[in-house]
Amino acid sequence: MLFIMKRSFDLSKKPRPGESLIEALLFAAGVLSVFVTVAIVFELGKEAMLFFADPDMTWVKFFTMTKWQPGIGQYGIWALVSATMTTSVIAILIALPLGLASAVYLSEYASHRARSILKPVLEILAGIPTVVYGYFALLFVTPILKNIFKDGIQVYNMLSAGLVMGIMILPLIASMSEDALNAVPRSLREGAYAMGATKLETSLQIVLPAALSGIGAAVIVGISRAVGETMIVAVAAGAGPNFSFNPLDAAETMTGHIARISGGDLSYNTIDYTSLFAIALMLFLVTLTLNLVSQWIVNRFRERYE
Amino acid sequence: MNQKPDHFPEGENFYASLRTRYRVAAIWQTLFFSALLIAIVALTALLYNVMDGAFGYVAFDYKKDPAAFTSIPMNELTKEDLLVILKENLSPGAYNKLDNERKMETRAEGELYTLFLERLVQIDTKATWSMTDSLFRSAEIRAEAAEKYPGAQLEFRSWLTPQFLTTPMSSKAEFAGVRTAVLGSLWLVGIAILFAMPVGVGAAIYLHEYAPKNWLTSIIQTNITNLAGVPSIVYGMLGLAVFVRGMEALTSGAAFGVTDSNGRTVLSAGLTMGILVLPLIIINAQEAVRAVPDSLRQAAYGVGATRLQTVWHHVLPNALPGILTGSILAVSRALGETAPLIVVGASTFISLDPASPFSKFTALPIQIYQWTTRPQSEFHAIAASAIIVLLALLLTLNAAAILLRNRFQRKW
Repeated sequence: MLFIMKRSFDLSKKPRPGESLIEALLFAAGVLSVFVTVAIVFELGKEAMLFFADPDMTWVKFFTMTKWQPGIGQYGIWALVSATMTTSVIAILIALPLGLASAVYLSEYASHRARSILKPVLEILAGIPTVVYGYFALLFVTPILKNIFKDGIQVYNMLSAGLVMGIMILPLIASMSEDALNAVPRSLREGAYAMGATKLETSLQIVLPAALSGIGAAVIVGISRAVGETMIVAVAAGAGPNFSFNPLDAAETMTGHIARISGGDLSYNTIDYTSLFAIALMLFLVTLTLNLVSQWIVNRFRERYE
Repeated sequence: MNQKPDHFPEGENFYASLRTRYRVAAIWQTLFFSALLIAIVALTALLYNVMDGAFGYVAFDYKKDPAAFTSIPMNELTKEDLLVILKENLSPGAYNKLDNERKMETRAEGELYTLFLERLVQIDTKATWSMTDSLFRSAEIRAEAAEKYPGAQLEFRSWLTPQFLTTPMSSKAEFAGVRTAVLGSLWLVGIAILFAMPVGVGAAIYLHEYAPKNWLTSIIQTNITNLAGVPSIVYGMLGLAVFVRGMEALTSGAAFGVTDSNGRTVLSAGLTMGILVLPLIIINAQEAVRAVPDSLRQAAYGVGATRLQTVWHHVLPNALPGILTGSILAVSRALGETAPLIVVGASTFISLDPASPFSKFTALPIQIYQWTTRPQSEFHAIAASAIIVLLALLLTLNAAAILLRNRFQRKW
C-alpha cells in the first residue's frame, strides 16, 4: 500500500513524452505567426534588394522621382504614393466624421432597441467584400459623379474610389470609437448631468475627450486600412501611374499597381517583378508603422479610471 | 463685490440660454443620427445597385436566322429535335468534342438548347437595361431598341438563373456561369481552413494555457495583432514569393508526378489564404478559450488530470462553439478576399472544374473583378449576378455563425 502511494506520488515528476510532444507542437503553432512576419520582411526585402541592386535604380531616385514608367526605366514611387494619399485622405474625410458621429449616437443617444437595429447595418457594411465595393464605385458612384462634374471628371477617378473607400472604413472607425466611448465610466456622465449639462455637452465635452486616445487609434487604423485597400482602387481609380493629387483624375495607387501588374503575365527575375516587391515592402512598413502607432497611442494615452 | 462671471446667466437670461442650448443639442443629435442614416442609405444603394444590374431588359439578335436550321418555332423544339439539329449543323469535329466531354444523349434539354443558341444561331446581345429602367421606362426602352437595333428582340431577362450556377466560364456573357468559380472558392477556403484552423487553435491554446509570461510570449501576442492589420495584398506577395515560386516543386505537384502545372495552383492560393486568416482565427480562438472559467481547469487539476487532459477534455469542448464561430467568420473573410488571389495568379479564364490541389483555379471574387472591369454592359450584369451569389453565400455563413453562437454560448 505504502509502495503504491509512493509510486503515485512520483507520478507528477514522471516524464510524459506525449504531453511534451503536444506542448512542443502547440509552441510551434504559436511561433509560426512570428515566422510569417519574418518571412514577409525577408521575402519582400530580398526581392526589393534585387530591385535596388539594379545599376539604374537608386534609393534616392525611387523616393524622389514622380514618374513611374517601367518602359523607360523610371521608377519613382511618388507617382503611386500620390494616388494612395489622395484616395486615403478622401476616405478618411468621409469615414471620420460619419464614423465618429455614428459612434456617438450609438453609444450616447440610441435606445437599446434602436441600437439592435442600427448596429447590424454597420456590421453588414463591414462584412461586404471589397470587390463588391469596387463594383459599386465604378457602376453607381462614378456615373453620379459624371453627372455632377460632366467632362471635368475622368471615367476612372480617385474621387469615386475614395468616397466608396470612406463608406468601407466607416464601420471600422465607428465600432472602434464606440468601444472607446463605452469604456468611459458612467460616473463621468452622471457628474456632468448633475452639473446641469445637456446630453450634447456631456457627450462632446466630457465623454469624447476622455475617449480621445481610442478614437485616435481608430483613425490611424482606418488610415492603415485605406492605404492597404486594393480592390476598390483597382476597379475604380484608374489603371496607370499618374502623379496627381486632383481627385477628378485617374491614377493608380501602390496597391492597384501591384494588382494590375501581377495580374498579367509576369516573369520572375525581371525588374517589373522586383519593383512590385519594393512597393509591397513600403506598403508593409507604412501600415505596420501606423498599426504600431495606434497601439502605442492606446497604451500611452489611455485614461484609467480606477 | 457682487460680480458674477458673465458666462453664468441668471433669471430670464438663464432660460434664454437654456433654450439655445437645447436647440443646439437637438440639431447635433439630428446630425449624429444622420451619419447613421447615410450609412443605411449607402448600404441600401449598394444592394439596390447590385439587384438593379442583375435583372432587366436585353436587346439581342441572332447572327444566323434560326429558320435556317429548323422549321419548328424555337420555343417548341424538343430534345430529339435539338439533337438532330446539332448533329447536322455542327462540324463533325466540334460535335465529337462535345460528345466526348459528355454524351450528347445524356445531356438535359436546356443544355442542348443553350448549345443551339451558343454554337448555331449565335445570340448577340446588343444592349442591356437596368431593372429600374426596365420597370418604369419600358415604353421608352421599346422605342429605343426598335430604333437603334432593328430586328433585335427585346426580352426581360434575369441574369441570375439556375444555369448561371451550374455552367462553367464562357467568353460570352450570355452563356457564362460561376460553376468553376464557386468550386474554386470552395477548394481555396477548404485548404485555407485545413491549414489555419489546427495551427490557429493550437497557437491560441499555447498562448493561453501553456505560455509563460515572458518576452517571447509578448512578442508573439503583439505580432499576431499586427499581422491582423497587414494589407491582404502583402500576403499575396508573400504567397507569390514563398508558395508559387519558392515551393514550386511542391505546390505545382511536380514532386507528386503532376507535370502540366506551375506553382499558380489552388494549393498555393489556399495556403496564402490560410496565412491571411490565421491571425483572425487565433484572436477569435483566444477569446473563446479565455471565456472558459478557471474553476473548470482547477477542478480538473484537482482530480489529478494532466495539463493536456485538462485542455483536451475540458477547455477545448467548452471553447468549441466560440472557436467554430470564429472560424466561420474567417471563412467568410477568405471567401471575399480578391487581391491576394490576383497576385498569386488566379487564372482569368478556365472552364475546367478544379480537380486536385494542383489545378489551376479561379474564384468567385476574381470573376466579379474580371467581369466588372469589362466595358460591355452584359458582363456587368453577370458580375452583379455573381455578387448576389457571393453575398448569399456570406449571408448563409454569417447566419450559421450567429445561430451557433446563440445556440451553444454558455454564460458562466
